[in-house]
Amino acid sequence: MICQECGKRPATLHFTKIISGEKTEFHICEVCAREKGEMIPGTPNGFSIHNLLSGLLDFEPSAQSALGAKPQVTRCDNCGLTYTQFGKLGRFGCSECYKHFNARLDGLFRRVHGNTVHVGKIPKRSGGRIQDKREIENLKRELQNRIEQEEFESAAKIRDEIRELEKKLSGN
Amino acid sequence: MEHRSYTDNALSEWMKGHGPDSEIVISSRVRIARNLQTQPFPMLATNQQSEEVLNQITSALQNEELNTISNFDFIPLTELSELDKRVLVEKHLISPNLANESRNGAVILSENESVSIMVNEEDHLRIQCLCPGFQIKEAWDLASQIDDIFESQLEYAFDENRGYLTSCPTNVGTGIRASVMMHLPALVLTQQINRILSAITQVGLAVRGLYGEGSEALGNLFQISNQITLGQSEDEIIDNLYSVARQIIEHEKAAREKLLIESKPRIIDRVMRSYGILSHAGIMDSKEAAQRLSDVRLGIDLGIIHQVSTHIMNELMVMAQPGFLQKQSGEKLSAEDRDIRRAELIRERLSII
Ligand SMILES: [Zn+2]
Ligand SMILES: [Zn+2]
Repeated sequence: MICQECGKRPATLHFTKIISGEKTEFHICEVCAREKGEMIPGTPNGFSIHNLLSGLLDFEPSAQSALGAKPQVTRCDNCGLTYTQFGKLGRFGCSECYKHFNARLDGLFRRVHGNTVHVGKIPKRSGGRIQDKREIENLKRELQNRIEQEEFESAAKIRDEIRELEKKLSGN
Repeated sequence: MEHRSYTDNALSEWMKGHGPDSEIVISSRVRIARNLQTQPFPMLATNQQSEEVLNQITSALQNEELNTISNFDFIPLTELSELDKRVLVEKHLISPNLANESRNGAVILSENESVSIMVNEEDHLRIQCLCPGFQIKEAWDLASQIDDIFESQLEYAFDENRGYLTSCPTNVGTGIRASVMMHLPALVLTQQINRILSAITQVGLAVRGLYGEGSEALGNLFQISNQITLGQSEDEIIDNLYSVARQIIEHEKAAREKLLIESKPRIIDRVMRSYGILSHAGIMDSKEAAQRLSDVRLGIDLGIIHQVSTHIMNELMVMAQPGFLQKQSGEKLSAEDRDIRRAELIRERLSII
């Protein structure tokens, strides 16, 4: 098999990436892999993640610019990175970028991770509030279940718990 | 500051022990990516900003709790020669990215080298824990513990909805990459490997191997890791990887038994030939070395070879790489000289009983 980057040397590295169930395979030679900053074996970020991402990013539909509509410039006003640059680099510039590009990230994250919302660990120092909010969401789901099951007595208990937590949250 | 030398020995202290299922899983690794709230990510940071990051992380290092885990050595990358950096890359203690591209980069190593904390890599902080054998949960517990200690000192970039904010969108959320390095010669020999690998990729995991021609992986080594970091909890990610790796271990064991029953003479022949060549060859390129070492490792695991230990196999896997060969001979070597040195080194190590 020939390297898909240079088309000359035999491909010796083969990667498979799965993004939302879609399989992409890379076949490249060691020289090209090194040029791409990839070493062997087991570096944390796969080869050509950048290229892969630029294909996935949510760009303005090209039809819009063809119709003469003003291309919308989105820029992170903290670090100055534009959304277009983000698309090329496949990297955010700072933590504020997430806020500035937020509207366009759901699609990207859904394609990369199949999900858009974090459900894992929370830093302890800022965690209390977030923990409570998560708990409220869980309880609301549970409340809905109980009502559907017509278990009104326990539903009432859960409703009180939710009120209690909401009071605590707004008190802070 | 005087540093212990992390580049003299091929094997980190942690590799010397035997981990669970170590006849199939060589090592388990968890890496956590974290960033500071107020500084731009390393890619866009000015020299001064990356220096501030380094200072903040250095002062967080003074935390006493960290000392209960191990003694740590703080090593700025500027204090290392190119060759030393390369050896650390070959030992998986730093990434090529940190070695080549970082500004104000540093690595913080635990005494036994099982913990390696990179500063100013792609993210401000990357905490990596390595364990021998199949100990992915243990690696996660340790990494998470160190994460908690840093978090008590540093303001992490964290968003309620997106989780830990990372430079690359593929790491956002939990920021964890968990992986196991597996030696799967019997699945390759019995040609079950492709089916199994494609099944793995269906469940949100990625497989990476170093391949030779055709479908044969170099040294039959495969690294399996999680691909998804957002929308799954750390425990789900680790459990998923654990249970898939567990199943692969069982398949590999079954394939080894099958080989022993159905083609014992051929396996013995293959193992002993490779052993013979490794202990007598004068020139050995890295590809052949990887394949022959894989055969001998399988021979040890199957009880065909007794005179060599897995320990020496692990050591040779690292020592046979270019950086280490050059470090050992104390000079820059041409490709051919490296092949000669490699053959010599393998002969020497295999003759030690
Ligand atoms: Zn190429
Ligand atoms: Zn930004």
